[in-house]
Amino acid sequence: MFLNLQKNLLSTGRRAFSTTAKMATKQHEPRFKTFKIYRWNPDKPTEKPRLQSYKVDLDDCGPMVLDALLKIKNEQDSTLTLRRSCREGICGSCAMNIGGRNTLACICKIDQDNSKELKVYPLPHMYVVKDLVPDLTHFYKQYKSIQPFLQRKTFPADGKENLQSIADRKKLDGLYECILCACCSTSCPSYWWNQEEYLGPAVLMQAYRWLIDSRDQASHKRKEMLQNSMSLYRCHTIMNCTKTCPKGLNPGKAIAEIKKSLAFD
Amino acid sequence: MRGKFSGLQKEAIHLYRNSLRIAYKKPIENQSHFFKYIHDEFDKNKSISRKDFTTIEYLIRVGNKKLESFSRSEVKDIH
Repeated sequence: MFLNLQKNLLSTGRRAFSTTAKMATKQHEPRFKTFKIYRWNPDKPTEKPRLQSYKVDLDDCGPMVLDALLKIKNEQDSTLTLRRSCREGICGSCAMNIGGRNTLACICKIDQDNSKELKVYPLPHMYVVKDLVPDLTHFYKQYKSIQPFLQRKTFPADGKENLQSIADRKKLDGLYECILCACCSTSCPSYWWNQEEYLGPAVLMQAYRWLIDSRDQASHKRKEMLQNSMSLYRCHTIMNCTKTCPKGLNPGKAIAEIKKSLAFD
Repeated sequence: MRGKFSGLQKEAIHLYRNSLRIAYKKPIENQSHFFKYIHDEFDKNKSISRKDFTTIEYLIRVGNKKLESFSRSEVKDIH
């Protein structure tokens, strides 16, 4: 379209130039949307965190929130700090609180209504490293504590794979897809208040994934680890986890299944 | 003597003393480097208001994290 206009410019006279130029400016009126982004710099710890506003032209920006954030970082303020990697919702790096909802910036569309501003915060109730980067050390420690790897004493005689029936494999669907972005855990009020001891939905769903794996032989030990008042039973079926999961998984159900299997122990 | 220090003050003192304890476990020829580092780190934030709780909490948290990594026996010297 723009090319056509330019062609017109070249072929027609001066009068045509003024009219087409006017048209062009009218059609490309920028649609500025305000992004309010949480800023905090650890190098100046006495300064309080604040929200900083940036204006981005939606016509000159990709459709996702991550596109807008990177555009701000590239063109307006290179000190804005965030984690990102795959830009397609498979790595879980860009998990943040966008418009009051925990989600991945790379698969969250920008609301095209530019009269409304969009607020972007880091994941709630986590220590902030800088700007939009939360400290996930404790979250990863908890994941490590459930021993998320195959444990068995006997191995197949032929020294090859541990085989599994198709039906058994099906049980893992909806569990193995979790990318550990921590969106669910940080949306859970119970996890907010008992972060130190309660494992949180993401980690519990992985615990369940290893509990029902037909190849794993440590399920008794795994259940014993969860058999206390804090690790598992701080889940009160609030279901924020399922509502917020950017991958459409259901950690709430997985936790309920663990509770069910522990009840018969 | 009870109640002489607030919880936060106690935490800061604990951090300082734990840091010194770790420093004493390092090779003798490098211990002075550790002492200097510890003192510099604490001096840097001397001017922070005692009522600025969030900042102090943050600094104590970061300090404890640093202490954890420096207390590993592989760490022999510091600059």
